[in-house]
Formats: sequence, C-alpha cells, structure tokens
Amino acid sequence: MNRDKLLQYALPAGAPLAAVFAWEAVVRIYDIQPVILPSPSLIVATLIKDWRTLLGSLEVTLSITFEALAAATIGGFLLALVFAQSRVIERAFFPFAVIMQVTPIISIAPLLLVYLSSGETVLVCSFLVAFFPILANTALGLSSVDHNLVDLFQLYRAPRWRQLLWLRIPASLPYFLGGLRIGGGLALIGAIVAEIAAGSAGQGAGLAFRIVESGYRLNIPRMFAALLLISVTGIAIFVALSAFSHLLLHRWHDSARTRET
Amino acid sequence: MNSGAYSRKERVTPITLAVPAIPEASGFTSSPPPTDVLVRLESVGKCFANGVVALTGVNLDVRRGEFLSLLGPSGCGKSTILRLLSSLTSATNGGINWQQKNPELGFVFQEPTLMPWANVFDNVWLPLRLTGVSRNSARARVEEALANVGLTGFEKAYPRELSGGMKMRVSIARALVMRPAVLLMDEPFAALDEITRSKLNDDLVALKCALGATVVFVTHSVYESVYLSDRIVVMAPRPGRVVAEIVVPSPLPRGEDFRLCAEYADKCRATSLALHEAMALDGAGDTRLREGVR
Repeated sequence: MNRDKLLQYALPAGAPLAAVFAWEAVVRIYDIQPVILPSPSLIVATLIKDWRTLLGSLEVTLSITFEALAAATIGGFLLALVFAQSRVIERAFFPFAVIMQVTPIISIAPLLLVYLSSGETVLVCSFLVAFFPILANTALGLSSVDHNLVDLFQLYRAPRWRQLLWLRIPASLPYFLGGLRIGGGLALIGAIVAEIAAGSAGQGAGLAFRIVESGYRLNIPRMFAALLLISVTGIAIFVALSAFSHLLLHRWHDSARTRET
Repeated sequence: MNSGAYSRKERVTPITLAVPAIPEASGFTSSPPPTDVLVRLESVGKCFANGVVALTGVNLDVRRGEFLSLLGPSGCGKSTILRLLSSLTSATNGGINWQQKNPELGFVFQEPTLMPWANVFDNVWLPLRLTGVSRNSARARVEEALANVGLTGFEKAYPRELSGGMKMRVSIARALVMRPAVLLMDEPFAALDEITRSKLNDDLVALKCALGATVVFVTHSVYESVYLSDRIVVMAPRPGRVVAEIVVPSPLPRGEDFRLCAEYADKCRATSLALHEAMALDGAGDTRLREGVR
C-alpha cells in the first residue's frame, strides 16, 4: 500500500527534481559557463528578470495555439460528421486530409509565407497539424458503433439524425477526446515550428521567436527559460484536456475505470 | 470419435424415437390446433449479396402466445429469421404475413447491447424515447419493465457496474417496455454461465406466462429449447431450412421437476436426433441429398 503510493506519486515528482539538482551540482562543480550550459537557478533567475518579454511571447503563442485548436476541433468534428453521413464525400476528401497530415509542416510553412502574413502562417500551420488527429479519431468513433445498437434504432424506426445524436456521437466521444488530446499537443508544436520557420519578429513574436533571437545573441539562459515555458504550456494543455476527458467519461467508459484490488 | 458417438446413438434410438418424432413433425402442420397464427412465413428464401443462401423454402407459423424455439447449428439461418420478422432485412422471395398491422416487436440480442454512456433507466427508456415519450411520461412503464425483470432500484446504475446476467435483464426490460406482441430473442443467454442461465430461463418463462407474450427464441441448446418451448423448430444449415418440428405439450411454466420426467427425456432425445440429422445435412446443398439421408 505505502509502496504503491510511493511509486504512484513520489517517483514521478522526485525523479525530475533529482535530475535538476544533479544538473545544478554538475554546473557548479565543473564551473561550466552559462553560454555552454546555464544552471537551473540561473534559468529561473532569467525567467523572473525577463518575465515581461517572455510573458508577452507566451500570450502570443498561447492565443495562436488555442485559436488553432478551437478551429481544428470544430472543423475536424464537423467534417467527421459529414464523413459519417456520406461515403462519397469521405472517399473524395480523405486523401486531402492524409496528404496534409503526412507532409511535414515545416516544409509547408515557407510556401504558406508566400501567400499569407507570418502571423496567419503560424495559425494555419498549427491548425493543420491539430486538425487531422481530431478528424481521423472522430470519424473512426462515429463508425465504431455496436451494430446491434444500430439495428435496435432501426427496429424502432429512428430517423438518421436521432441515430447520430443519441448513438453515434456518444459512442464516438472517447475517440474524439483521444484525438483532442493529441491535437492539443500538436497545435502547440505546430505553432512553435511554424514560427521558427516564419521567423516573425516584433509585435507578434511568440516563444519560438524568443528562442531563435536569444540564440543569435548567445543568451543561452533565456533560451532555456523560453523552452521551460513551452514545456510547462504543453504539460498544462495535456493535463487540462485529460481532466476534461475524465470529466466526460468517468461515469461509463472503461478507460476511466479504477480497478478495485 | 465424434462420428462414433453419433452412430452409437443412432443404433440405440431409432426404435423409440425416430418413429414418434417424424409423424409428429408432419402431422402437426397438416392439422393446426385451435391457436391463431400471429405471423406466417410462406416459402421464404433469403440470399445475401455475396451469393450465400441463408434460407430457402421456409414455411413457418408463429402462433399467438406460444414459446417457439428455433434450434440448429450455426449457419442455419435462425438469426436471419428473427431479422426477417423484425424487418431488419427483407426476404429475397416468399412472404411474411402478419395478422396484425405494425405489430410492436421486442428484440433481445446475444449480447446485452446496452448503451454504456446511459444508465439503466435511460437504456430501458430508449425505445419509448425513440417513439416520442418524454422521460416523465415513460417513468411508470420503465419502472414496470424493470420490476418485471427484478431490477427495481437499479435505475441509476451504469451498465459497467452490472454483472452479465443483470445486463441481460436490462436488455430484456428494454424489449418489454414497448409491450411487444412478439419477443424475438437471439441466443440471449449463450454467453452466460450455467447457473445464471438456468435462473434467467425460469424467470423468462414466468414473465412470458404473466404477460401472455409470444416468444421466438433462437438457441443451439437442445435442453434449453425443450425446457422452455411449446414448440421447437429444428433447422439445417447451408442452405438454411426447416427440417423438423417437435411439440412439447406440457404447459408452461414447468419448473425444475420437469427435467426429471419422462416427457423431458423423450423430447430431448427426439430433439437431439432431429438436430443430428440436420447437422448431417450440412453442406448437402440441395434437397436430393437430404432425401438420400432420410
């Protein structure tokens, strides 16, 4: 029991903490220069010192990520609904979705920059990478309905829209939420990657630009500070979406089941 | 080894069984008893898109208030008959004639087939909800259906919190909530353990008698079919067809004692024999071979 608790909480929290202490110790013992490897304490100090600039960039990155994720969620879900209604449309449009997914986003970004402003490019790239997992998962969920339940709805002469609303959408919920969790992480990655490719400066500069800029200036502690903010953002998105998923599924779905021992 | 057991049985049984079983099968259809027909299948055939003949030349009456079992090895079209009766699929040829218009049907699948995201109440409410009955108006009927299957008080439970037998009870309650003219059951207890199954068999018969319902019950258990049914229709596979009919006259409900009486043993043997004959026809494909076996 106690051993289990230890494994469950202490290890995941303790191991990274130990790594940070080891890092700090190595930097101090060997007297490594901040230009090569800054100590964790220096990174935190930089984070506090440059908070204003970094916070502004964080806001930019976050707003792009959320706008892209929202658009990808709505778009992916609606297109999956359309796919579920019509085989013809699904067959016709799915190749486009696959092509957009398998083409690395960093190779599309320079092309998009020809047509769009750098801010728009970042938004579109972030949307493109988040869109596919939500679409594919939701489409899979909408078609993975118990055939007997479909028969049952047919037996009671339920119209298609009721079958969709009361059967297919609830049945696809776990799949959709799985896609959303993947899409949430990818939206952030897409926003960062596209910004590095776009190299947008000035007003609309996100965290990725801060990293590039700090690199040019050999301000390595600030690179790490920006990196830390990106990681924390990614973790926060994942935790928030996982909590959302748990909230919706814990009553009935096996993925949220706690086994009694 | 299997064929050895079969031929031994054949040697022992013909004198006592084959003789009464066959006249009964043919005699019953020619002189119908005073029960009225609810639905009549006339030379019904069903051919799937891939060319597989699921059913051929099926003549079958379902009589009001009877417990009818369809018995046969897998692939003999038992489930297809249920799907035809419930209009989930249509016959390739022949006619399915109901004596009443738009009869209410209840369907129970082999799996409980519950919506995992909905609690017991909402699952049972579903058929009513699909016909436009609000939650409040449905309450009394849902409670009644749940009481019928002994699940009062479980309204708020989710399917995953229930045992296999309880899930099946919910599934039966959902079929009953529409007060169906016929209850169609497709091997409903096949996945359950013997003890749960036996209990559900007794409860099902009690319920059928209390409600005066008609039941068409698909099974591949000889003992289950004899214990439960007024009439057993034995089917042969590839192509699916009706090959024998066995009547079990003892009135329902029968109780555990029935399993000890001579009638039960006789009917089980007659049914087993008919089933063995049906299985020997597997793959025969046409009727000439079937006659040859007879």
